[in-house]
Amino acid sequence: MTSVSVPVVAPAYDCRQVFAEELIALARADERVVAVCNDSVGSSNLVEFRNEFPDRLINVGIAEQDLVGVGAGLANGGLIPFVSAAGPFLTGRALEQIKADCAYSGHKVILCGQSPGMAYGELGPTHHSVEDLSWLRAIADLPVLVPTDRAQTRAAIRWAYAADGPCYLRIPRFRVPDTIPADALFEPGRAVTLREGSDVTIIAIGTMVSRALQAAEVLESEGVSARVINTPFVDPLDEDTVVRAAVETRGIVTVEEATISGGLGAAVASVVSQRHPVPMRLLGVNGFAPTGDAAYLLNHFGLTADGIHTAVVDVLESVGA
Amino acid sequence: MLTADTPTAARYRDARRALQGSEQDDVVRWLQSVSAEIRIKIIRMIDTAQLGHVGGDLSVTDILVTLFGAVLEVDPEDPRAPDRDRFILSKGHCAAALYSTLAWCGYFPEAELGSFMAPLSPLNGHPNRRKVPGVETNTGPLGHGFPVAVGCALAARLRGSASRTVVVLGDGEMQEGSNWEAAMTAGHYGLSSLTAIVDRNRLQQGARTEETKALEPLDAKWAAFGWEVRVVDGHDHAALLMALLPSATGRPVAVVANTIKGRGVSFMEDRVEWHHKVPTADQVRAAIEELSR
Ligand SMILES: Cc1ncc(C[n+]2csc(CCOP(=O)(O)OP(=O)(O)O)c2C)c(N)n1
Repeated sequence: MTSVSVPVVAPAYDCRQVFAEELIALARADERVVAVCNDSVGSSNLVEFRNEFPDRLINVGIAEQDLVGVGAGLANGGLIPFVSAAGPFLTGRALEQIKADCAYSGHKVILCGQSPGMAYGELGPTHHSVEDLSWLRAIADLPVLVPTDRAQTRAAIRWAYAADGPCYLRIPRFRVPDTIPADALFEPGRAVTLREGSDVTIIAIGTMVSRALQAAEVLESEGVSARVINTPFVDPLDEDTVVRAAVETRGIVTVEEATISGGLGAAVASVVSQRHPVPMRLLGVNGFAPTGDAAYLLNHFGLTADGIHTAVVDVLESVGA
Repeated sequence: MLTADTPTAARYRDARRALQGSEQDDVVRWLQSVSAEIRIKIIRMIDTAQLGHVGGDLSVTDILVTLFGAVLEVDPEDPRAPDRDRFILSKGHCAAALYSTLAWCGYFPEAELGSFMAPLSPLNGHPNRRKVPGVETNTGPLGHGFPVAVGCALAARLRGSASRTVVVLGDGEMQEGSNWEAAMTAGHYGLSSLTAIVDRNRLQQGARTEETKALEPLDAKWAAFGWEVRVVDGHDHAALLMALLPSATGRPVAVVANTIKGRGVSFMEDRVEWHHKVPTADQVRAAIEELSR
C-alpha cells in the first residue's frame, strides 16, 4: 500500500481588511489622514472608516481624474490623502494626474489600487489592472509597491504614511497565504530573500510569491536549488540583490501578475542585461485576458507553481544545466 | 466572433416590418411583452453566472427594447453595414441586458446567453466588440461610450450618411468628466443625429447619486451644453418612442429617462444593494414569478 501525503493547504487571506484596519489606526493617531474614493466606499472597504470619520472620507463620485487631482490638493493643504479606487481606473484613467499632480509636483498622495491584477476576473480586461506596473514604473519620483500578504500590506501602508512623497501600492484582493516573515525588512530598494539557492533564482511579487515557493520546493525534490527573492518595491528595485543573483546562480525567472512589457520582469532584465547578463524568463500576462475568473486566468497565463517550474527548467536547459 | 442566428434575425426583420403599419398601442403592447421576456432572461443569466449587475440591467431594459424593437435601423445579419444606426451602451456593466436584447434580435444564438462570464465565453462581464456582433465599442470603464458615440455621429455627417447614433449612459456615470467633454463637443458641432439617453435611476454603486455627487439640475446642464432635452418616464415605451424621434431643433437630443433600479422585481426596486448583488435561488424563483405575471 502506498501512503498518500495530504498536502497542507495554508489558509489564504484577502488584504482589504488589513488595509481598512491600518488606515483607521493611522487616522486615529493622526488627524491629517483622510481617505478619498470614487463611489468605492464598499469596494475599497472604507465603510468602517466612514463610520468613524465621516468628515474625513471624501467621495468624489465616479470621477477618477478629479479623484487624484483632489488628492493632490488635499496633500498641498497639509493633509495625508489615501486615494483609493479600483486599480485599473485609478492608474489608467488618472495617469496624467498621477504623473503631473502627484509625482512631478511632489504632492504626497498615497495611491491605493484596489482589486489589482486580474482580481476582477470575469469583468474582463477593462477591469484588470495589469498594466499598472509598466505605466507607473515609467513615472519618475513615484515608488511602486506590490505587497504580498497581510504583513507586507501593513508594512507598505505604514511606509507610505511615513514617506516624503507620493507612491502607488496595490492592495491585494486575490487570497494568498501569509508568506513573508514578520521581521522581514520593508525599505525602498531592498529585497527579501525568502529561500536561499545556488542553481537558479526566482524573483516574485504579490500573488506569485507563494507559487514561487511551491515551485522551489518541487525543484528541490528534483535536485535543483532555487533561490526565491521577493521585491515588494518594484521601483526602486534592489539592484544589488538582483546582480548578486545573476552572479551566483545560472539564470533568473521573474513572475508577476502584470504585463511583462514594463513591470518587474522588465526592471530586472534592465539591471541584469547591463550589469551581469544571464539568461532570463519573464512570466506575466500576455495580451488581453479571455473571459474567466481570477484563478482561471492565472492558470491560463501559466502563473502557477507549474508554470514557474517549467520556466526554471527551460532557463537551466538554455545554459546546458 | 459570434455570428447571427438566421431564423431569429429573420423573425426580427419580419416583426420590425409588421410594425410599420401597426397602431401605436399595439406596438407598445408588443414592446412591453418583449421587455418582460428580456427581464426574465437577465435574471436567468445572472443566476447561471452567479455574477452581474442586476439593478442597472432591469432599469435599462425598457430603453434597450424600445431602441432595438422600434427605433434603430440595424440588421443583425449584417452588423457592420456602413450605414447602420450605432448603439453604444456606455454603462457597460449592464452587459446582460444588452446581450439578451442582441440575442433576441438574432445577432447571435440565444443559447449563448448561458455562457455569460463562463471561462472563454465571448460574453464577458463587459461587452467586447471583437467578439459580440452588435457591440460597437468596448465599454466597462465608465465615461467611454459617449465620446466614441460623438465620433460615430461626426463620421456619419462627414460621410453624408443618414445613420443615427444612440448612447445610453448611467446617471452615476454622468459624474465622469469625459462625458461633459463629449457633451460640449456634440453641442458645438450641432450633432443632431446623436441621441444620449441617461438611465436616471438615481442610484449608483454605493448610494444615491444626489447623496454621492449631485447631478441636478440635470436637464438644465444638458440644455446649457447646447442639447435639446426631453425628460420622460423610462419605463413607458410610448413616451420613449416619442422621446426617440429625431431632433426637432438641429441640436443633439438628450433624453433624461426617469427609471427605477431593479424595475419589475419588487424586492430589488430602488435598493442600492441590488447594484450587483446576486439573487439566491429562492429570490430567482420569486423574481421570475413576478416578472411572468
Ligand atoms: C471609470 C470607472 N469607475 C468606476 C467603475 C465602477 N463602477 C461600475 S458600475 C458603477 C456605478 C454606476 O452607476 P450608474 O452609472 O448610475 O449605473 P446604474 O446605476 O445604472 O447601474 C461603478 C462606480 C467603473 N466601472 N468605471
